[in-house]
Amino acid sequence: MAGKTAAKKPEGRNSGGDADLLAFYRDMLLIRRFEERAGQLYGMGLIGGFCHLYIGQEAIAVGVEHARAKGDQVITAYRDHGHMLAAGMDPRGVMAELTGRAGGSSRGKGGSMHMFSPETGFYGGHGIVGAQVSLGTGLALANRNMGNGAVTFCYFGDGAANQGQVYESFNMAELWRLPIVFVIENNQYAMGTSIERASAETHLYKRGASFLIPGEEVDGMDVEIVAAAAKKAAAHARSGTGPYILEMKTYRYRGHSMSDPAKYRTREEVDEVRKTRDPIDHLAEHLEKQGVREDALKIIDAEVKAIVAEAVEFAKASPEPDPRELYTDVYGA
Amino acid sequence: MSQDILMPALSPTMEEGTLAKWLVKPGDAVRSGDVIAEIETDKATMEVEAVDEGKVEALLVDAGTEKVKVGTVIARLSGGASFETPAAPAPQDDVKPEPAPKVDHAERDALPPKRHPEEGAPAPVSKDDFPTGAKLTKTSVRDALRDAMAEEMRADPRVFLMGEEVAQYQGAYKVSRGLLEEFGDKRVIDTPITEHGFAGAGVGAAMAGLRPIVEFMTWNFAMQAIDQIINSAAKTRYMSGGQISVPIVFRGPNGAAARVAAQHSQDYASWYAHVPGLKVVVPYDAADAKGLLKSAIRDPNPVVFLEHEMLYGQEFDVPEGEWLVPIGKARVRRTGKDVTITAYSRMVGLALQAAEVLAGEGIEAEVIDLRTLRPLDSATIIDSVKKTHRIVAVEEGWAPMGVGAEIIARVIEGAFDWLDAPPARVSQEDVPMPYAANLEALSLPSVDKIVKAGKAVCYRS
Repeated sequence: MAGKTAAKKPEGRNSGGDADLLAFYRDMLLIRRFEERAGQLYGMGLIGGFCHLYIGQEAIAVGVEHARAKGDQVITAYRDHGHMLAAGMDPRGVMAELTGRAGGSSRGKGGSMHMFSPETGFYGGHGIVGAQVSLGTGLALANRNMGNGAVTFCYFGDGAANQGQVYESFNMAELWRLPIVFVIENNQYAMGTSIERASAETHLYKRGASFLIPGEEVDGMDVEIVAAAAKKAAAHARSGTGPYILEMKTYRYRGHSMSDPAKYRTREEVDEVRKTRDPIDHLAEHLEKQGVREDALKIIDAEVKAIVAEAVEFAKASPEPDPRELYTDVYGA
Repeated sequence: MSQDILMPALSPTMEEGTLAKWLVKPGDAVRSGDVIAEIETDKATMEVEAVDEGKVEALLVDAGTEKVKVGTVIARLSGGASFETPAAPAPQDDVKPEPAPKVDHAERDALPPKRHPEEGAPAPVSKDDFPTGAKLTKTSVRDALRDAMAEEMRADPRVFLMGEEVAQYQGAYKVSRGLLEEFGDKRVIDTPITEHGFAGAGVGAAMAGLRPIVEFMTWNFAMQAIDQIINSAAKTRYMSGGQISVPIVFRGPNGAAARVAAQHSQDYASWYAHVPGLKVVVPYDAADAKGLLKSAIRDPNPVVFLEHEMLYGQEFDVPEGEWLVPIGKARVRRTGKDVTITAYSRMVGLALQAAEVLAGEGIEAEVIDLRTLRPLDSATIIDSVKKTHRIVAVEEGWAPMGVGAEIIARVIEGAFDWLDAPPARVSQEDVPMPYAANLEALSLPSVDKIVKAGKAVCYRS
């Protein structure tokens, strides 16, 4: 398996202390640069199949991660690279999984949509829209039954928000007072269908109302706001009072997957968001206003670039899985 | 003119019950709909209502009597002489009104009091593989399953049960009786009617390190949850490169129930046995039900455990104490040299009866109880066919792309040169399950159909 040494988070990041804005900047930039390189490798034919990029949504995975305590779990759907990096998974293992190599996080058997890392609390990486919501509810049920004080952060998108099992899960989570935060990443397009065309109620934070689950809308393009909201929601869930819903208003810059020409929206719409709401630019400006010198950010840029370059090299150099791997991991003994 | 009140049956498998209480006494006048008695079975209690008006002439069975056979005359009513509504039609001599059981539980469970025509007495079981000297106790399949869960829950605090009506109601089929009381509501969890959601929640809890038992009220309802069973439970170990285990048991009654028609009567064995990553267990008798369920709960993989409603009430010998049956091992229930018959779940009983009939005609059948469909114990089947040179594969489900098709394919792959006749299948007819009693019986595998197939492969008519 890929080395587990790289990309360790700075000490104290997960302790619920004050937000470290430079760490936020670094983590968001790592996701951005990682995803850009993944897109390039896809174009070069080194990554196959489906590849859903997280570019534009980085503030959510990074901000929510700030609220996560040791033992808390994360589970999401298939647009998962950002969550894995934020959770502390090795970028080399993630990239090598994208290229389908032996050094990949799932030893080349899962691909972009199916990676797991119990040691960092990341429980996938699920390819069926909405399935992770029931699964996440089960992680939270286990937390409750084991009395371990852990909270589950369960992500899903505006598309999944219309799946039936989401509401089955809402009902059970509130009924059993499960420690779970439902994080809805509303990037406004379920593949090619805008939320207005698919949802009778477009304010997704209200979707828990008939189950008595509190919810709020959050600016998902501002990592500090995301972090503060996630801390509040996590405290609610951890206190034993039940689940909490955060609707993160966000935007994905790229198509649904690499094969999506994104004809359902205009170039101008995308450019407008990039220009005015980009989470990384926004934080950089804020840091500079606070007196952080441009040099300091440039040093981080260079560090991140090096990590991603190393991940790409690893992912290219790692051999394909041994043919014998075909038959392993079907059953456990 | 008097009419008999008969001991009613509450479910297809009920043969006898306790007459708990009389609510009337001789001389009382009763009207249609009045509750006259309370009946108890191992599964539920119910009230017996008068279906006609009249006067109680005699109570023929004392309150508190146990093991009153279904159909026994328990009371006699006189015609409606004492009532002021002489217009009410008097009961016809040739009609025997049966008391309408007022069932005190879920509609899904309130099945008509009929058994399949083929359902004879439980077939005798060879005790070959019981430990020598073990004390054997007659136990219903229902209680054997409960005992397996209770023992494993005592031994491992990670094991818990969730599903519809499993806790306070004690199980729609009373399989989880007593578990809530012993283990509390965190380990015996009543779920909403939410198959998709709670199956997924069970898988998530397994990923987190617990060992859930997810009960489906019947496997028909698991169709709502099949995505979680296959896409999440079966595939995650592989997709994670071995990092995530999903040690979960999905269990509940599968196959044909009685007179509930197409949506509540289907054998899903081949559906799940198709999927790598799942284990599929199909016990017949109580000892296997217990021993295999205990093995399933301890297994680190997702196990689909297919029970049979028609077997729940049947009693078999179960050895006392710790009793495990390994997953993946078939059992030869009857040896014979002329034809191999494979069967699983309720079909094993029919196959054993068919073997008796065939023996009467000079054909010695070897009956293999498959017990597990995935992994399938091909070696036992192939060894048998090399001896008998003939095979009949019996399944309760549809034949196309089915369990019999797979077994025959393996026999052809592994024992082609030993076959003396084309293999045969006995299965449900290729139609949705009909409701009408005669059509339902025609649709299902039967002793007669198995006998015919056995003779056909022996070129006997």
